[in-house]
Amino acid sequence: MARYSVFSLLGNALTGNRKWERVWRSPAPKPAYDVIVIGGGGHGLATAYYLAKNHGITNVAVLEKGWLGGGNIGRNTTIVRSNYMLPANAHFYEHSMKLWEGLSRDLNYNVMFSQRGVLNLAHTPSQMDAYARRGNSMRLHGIDAELLDRDQVAKYAPGIDMSQNTRFPVAGGLLQPRAGTARHDAVAWGYAYGADRQGVDLIENCEVTGFIRENGAIVGVETSRGTIRAGKVGVAVAGNTSVVLQKAGLSNIPIESHVLQAFVSESLKPLIDGVVTYGAGHLYVSQSDKGSLVFGGDIDGYNSYAQRGNLPIVKHVAAAAVTLFPNLARLRLLRSWGGIMDMSMDGSPIICKGPMPGLYINAGWCYGGFKATPASGWCFASTIANDAPHELNAAFTLERFAQGRVIDERGAGPRPELH
Amino acid sequence: MLIPCPHCGPRDLGEFTYGGDATKDRPDPDRATAEDWNDYVFHRDNPRGRHAEYWHHGQGCRLWLKVTRDTVTHKIEGAETVGPAKREGTPS
Repeated sequence: MARYSVFSLLGNALTGNRKWERVWRSPAPKPAYDVIVIGGGGHGLATAYYLAKNHGITNVAVLEKGWLGGGNIGRNTTIVRSNYMLPANAHFYEHSMKLWEGLSRDLNYNVMFSQRGVLNLAHTPSQMDAYARRGNSMRLHGIDAELLDRDQVAKYAPGIDMSQNTRFPVAGGLLQPRAGTARHDAVAWGYAYGADRQGVDLIENCEVTGFIRENGAIVGVETSRGTIRAGKVGVAVAGNTSVVLQKAGLSNIPIESHVLQAFVSESLKPLIDGVVTYGAGHLYVSQSDKGSLVFGGDIDGYNSYAQRGNLPIVKHVAAAAVTLFPNLARLRLLRSWGGIMDMSMDGSPIICKGPMPGLYINAGWCYGGFKATPASGWCFASTIANDAPHELNAAFTLERFAQGRVIDERGAGPRPELH
Repeated sequence: MLIPCPHCGPRDLGEFTYGGDATKDRPDPDRATAEDWNDYVFHRDNPRGRHAEYWHHGQGCRLWLKVTRDTVTHKIEGAETVGPAKREGTPS
């Protein structure tokens, strides 16, 4: 597979773009691999990439029941940030941010990472205090954060309703300048390209139907394309974690699946420069390179495996958007869709060894999985390769709930619909 | 999504608040072990398909309902009142 460069672009342009090679192979599954990763989304593909790159394990298969990148990596609102307060999350997401900063070069694939900033708005003095505390915590962890007052917010995002007559006037905000957006599909394709180039087999239309257990250990999987054995099996199927782990005999998983909707508007001239989140409701909005506004809000709030949501949330999110940016009132919505979130019981992820040998679990991403993609793959690969968690994901265990070591950034308790 | 409230008839989703998994029974505090509490508080079956769940009709009759719903199609099989209202013999 040729590397992409300005010369390959020029050469192919001059030959009418007829000689581009397939970006990855489409191999039939081999009878056995060293490692199988279930789930060909962002996290699964990143795991395979870092297994090969960081740990030299290239006899790896990624099994995907549909097509690569067809799940949540292709359904999110593309936001990348590391503005977390609790130490375990702050270190993990900041590691992810550092990987994002070199990702296009590392993958030789443009993921269009744009550090345009993420601004969280505050609407009350107590919210400003909370953001000051969060910002200080971030800076102590070595993460960039700036507290903005009203005037600075007005300058940063001119479309916002800054009047004092609104129900929740803007008081200020917390800005993370290094945060931003990335082209979500390109992240999946880039990791797929990078993994395939190192010899990883990416196998699509291959649904895992069961696990093979010998002497209590997981030694392979049954799939819709036959039996495949493996020394180690990693599960990275956020949204369907409970369903897949049930096949391995694990039923007591601290996860509920919920649907989260996202929306895209018709294209506008440049209006919103960075990513802005509303603090008196739940809304995050940014403008894509095509000019569309990309936005989302709360999850629908009930268990769901349907990749579509209901109308009350559409209205709720649109109302928040128009409250914040009144000039959007006549904007038309182009598309909306839903993705299935692994909502964990404390709002934080799970990357750990499974309860039986040979099984590794990557799950519980709630709706923060996209920005975590590089670090998730990086840490999961390390956990699989070394049969022990890396210090960056050591806190993200399955047992933390029973041990009272929950990582509840929002303080919402074991109510997944509230995280 | 319309939820068929036994009291008020089919009503819009917006009138209800979700209460989650209805298959977990609160452990008896006199007998429960730490493991029982852990299971009750944190573990969920999270089925793909038929799911028993609580909904609170906060903007209607204000009763708690136990609803059986499919998590893939969102189709609702039925709903019944639970708690004290049920014991007092209100329709279910």
